[in-house]
Amino acid sequence: MAQEYAIELKNVTKRFGEKVIANDNVSLNLRKGEILAILGENGSGKTTLMNMLSGIYFPDEGQIIVNGQEALIRSPKDAFDLKIGMIHQHFKLIEIMTAAQNIILGLKGPNHLDMKAIRASIEELTNRYGFDLEPDRKIYTMSVSQKQTVEIVKVLYRGADILILDEPTAVLTPQETEKLFDVLRNMKKAGKSIIIITHKLNEVLEISDRVSVLRKGRYIGTVDTCDATAESLTEMMVGEKVTLDIDRTEPVDVRPCLEVKGLNVKSADGTRNVLSDITFTANTGEILGIAGISGNGQKELLESIARLQEMESGEIKFYPEPGSCITLEDKKADEVLQMGIRMAFVPEDRLGMGLVASMDITDNMMLRSYNKGDNPVFTDRKTPRELAQRVVDKLEVVTPGLTTPVRRLSGGNVQKVLVGREIASGPKVLMVAYPVRGLDINSSYAIYNLLNDQKKKGSAVLCVGEDLDVLLDLCDRILVLAGGRISGIVDARTSTKEELGILMTGGKEEA
Amino acid sequence: MNGSHKQKDRLVIHMIKRDTISKPKEWGIRLIAVLLSLIVCAVVIYLITRQNPAEVYSGIIDGAIGTKRRAWVTVRESVLLLIIAVGLVPAYRMRFWNIGAEGQILMGGAATAAIMIYLGDKLPKSAILPLIIVSSLAAGMIWGLIPAIFKAHFNTNETLFTLMMNYTAMQLITYFIVYWENPKGSNTVGVINPATKAGWFPKVFGMDYFLNVLIVVIVTVVMTVYMKYTRQGYELAVVGESANTARYAGINVRKVIIRTMMISGAICGLAGAIIVSGASHTISTSTAGGRGFTAIIVAWMSKFNPLTMIIVSVFLVFMQQGSIQIATQFGLNENASSIITGILLFFLIGCEFFVNYSLVVYRERKED
Repeated sequence: MAQEYAIELKNVTKRFGEKVIANDNVSLNLRKGEILAILGENGSGKTTLMNMLSGIYFPDEGQIIVNGQEALIRSPKDAFDLKIGMIHQHFKLIEIMTAAQNIILGLKGPNHLDMKAIRASIEELTNRYGFDLEPDRKIYTMSVSQKQTVEIVKVLYRGADILILDEPTAVLTPQETEKLFDVLRNMKKAGKSIIIITHKLNEVLEISDRVSVLRKGRYIGTVDTCDATAESLTEMMVGEKVTLDIDRTEPVDVRPCLEVKGLNVKSADGTRNVLSDITFTANTGEILGIAGISGNGQKELLESIARLQEMESGEIKFYPEPGSCITLEDKKADEVLQMGIRMAFVPEDRLGMGLVASMDITDNMMLRSYNKGDNPVFTDRKTPRELAQRVVDKLEVVTPGLTTPVRRLSGGNVQKVLVGREIASGPKVLMVAYPVRGLDINSSYAIYNLLNDQKKKGSAVLCVGEDLDVLLDLCDRILVLAGGRISGIVDARTSTKEELGILMTGGKEEA
Repeated sequence: MNGSHKQKDRLVIHMIKRDTISKPKEWGIRLIAVLLSLIVCAVVIYLITRQNPAEVYSGIIDGAIGTKRRAWVTVRESVLLLIIAVGLVPAYRMRFWNIGAEGQILMGGAATAAIMIYLGDKLPKSAILPLIIVSSLAAGMIWGLIPAIFKAHFNTNETLFTLMMNYTAMQLITYFIVYWENPKGSNTVGVINPATKAGWFPKVFGMDYFLNVLIVVIVTVVMTVYMKYTRQGYELAVVGESANTARYAGINVRKVIIRTMMISGAICGLAGAIIVSGASHTISTSTAGGRGFTAIIVAWMSKFNPLTMIIVSVFLVFMQQGSIQIATQFGLNENASSIITGILLFFLIGCEFFVNYSLVVYRERKED
């Protein structure tokens, strides 16, 4: 007999230690052949809940019923046996192997590997669902979205009928997201049941059939997407009405703070220019947005200013006070830091740079302050501990304590720690890249407000962003990068999304 | 579903990573592990040797601390192992896999022997010991510096490099022995300055090895403070976790690698001086005697905690010294004690699993 539900969760509870209850008595279900969105703010327990389905965690209490049968999922293997496959936010691929090798990794098979047959069945899968995948390409040469495709195909290849995607769009461009959604719709047509974890409302409304909302580990409710609006979902998610406005003030005391002239940067292998002839000025009391399709030189631009990137040629001038001028191109990274130029780059893997995963919040605060203070030999842990407490309080970081390694915090909380630390140093120039990547609404707005505070304090703020609507609301001017060149600098108050879109792609055709 | 299914209960064990564990529970688990291992050892001893396990155990204890002399040897060997482990800690915290402690010890020992041989009779006693300490530190430092420079500038593999440096050191010692051999033709250096005792660690308060212990205690305390409370200690921990993050924080990664390995090598070099000047009073290719490798076990088993390192070093040496005793007393060979040590280590390392994880047993209804 046909089961209505692919998965039923009954009263599932998961605790971490005594203090943190990640999931508190959650019951929800996934119908066969539907796309269910699980919506919740960061730390609301979405990922933990799904990890219990994929065998990474084991529930402390409650039942999981798969296709009408109670199931004990003790390991990812058990999950696969039940045809449940999860695509994690952090990819689990072996970089030096090809897509096909990664896809068959860990599967039992005959001793003789028939790569031709394997490739054929992979291609059959990709054609059926409309993936774009080259089976023989090595992972490390792939973009994030291509890696994600490999992860999805890997799960399908193992015959998964139930797919769980954890924040799949967090690292994708709007175009790549569209492509992913097409694939998801194809899979739904083929009868697969899909859970998608996200906090982006427009995506929920676009792709899902039903939405289940979690808040602080508790299950709030499930609604049909066709009956939901962005406002109603936000209210369920946050528990109160939220006003989504960025308070943009007119810039005061505007003067040049950072001047970049004719900056050229070559790629690591020296074959092409990742930045060509970049010239612009960032002013005090102003937020300068940097827009562009990801990988068009944003990272290299910020790292050049922070002196973490080798430059081919060009000048970078810094005006700490009116009238005084310091050249940065001949300085080292630590000297630039001393001058109050700070960068909070949130990379795709969040922990790659800026934070030390195994250290706790206090020790991560120390990364910026350990070599300050009167004592030349010993470190001062008191000040960073106080700072850590302030950041945790002010940005509402969810953590069992200040001594918890940041690796154990959820993605959004990790980001708050990073951005909070950089802002706390009272920088003259603050560079942030993707500061709200993967963050929920409230945290995002908390960060926008922090950036605005910096602007009011007279810092020059450079903000690399991916959401054009936000850039238009937040920034004073927007610089658009395309193919490593500046394709335009526009006034954010008068420009439009369409204009930015043309600049973002227009430059690319030229290159 | 329908009644024809047979129901069978199956026990399912699930591991759960512990978030926190109380100290008494943690040490209780370790105590149980030791007791269990002693029981297993007793069974093994009886099955293999037909000896009374209790007698064998008391033989081990007797061998390690049975007489004042034996107890002092155990202390001497324990502090030696400890100082080498302490020397390895900064390198390992930086994720620099220094397996070249053997070579660094040998070079420190060679520097010490050279001073004893060439300057032993020419310098006043008050000058010779400081000179030995400084030069052994310098010799070990150079041996640690070389692989560090290559790692920092050319990203060579430090594991292979430091390993090869061990063999180079050993060959150098073989070469020195030709010049230093005494008596001629023996192909050994023999005891250096047996009459004058120039360059030997002096007795302090009537104790032969007081100075050995003192130096090791000082180095251990200083290193503990260095790792925990200094800027340099913090820097090397960041470099170990992520070189990218270190660069981002303005840390000069190359400088930190080189500096840390100089410190690591220097301490191992000093260990060489303690062996030559404070214990054996001679040098040979087996002066390091595998201690550079055993110390790796000490450092890792202790998770770099200095107190635990003391316990582990004493334990390993205790078993080693005890084995010599039971070998003669019961006519066993020394491997018998290795078996016992192995069983003990297996339980001790194995019990860490239960410290980190708890097991929960479920009853699963299996329908088939």
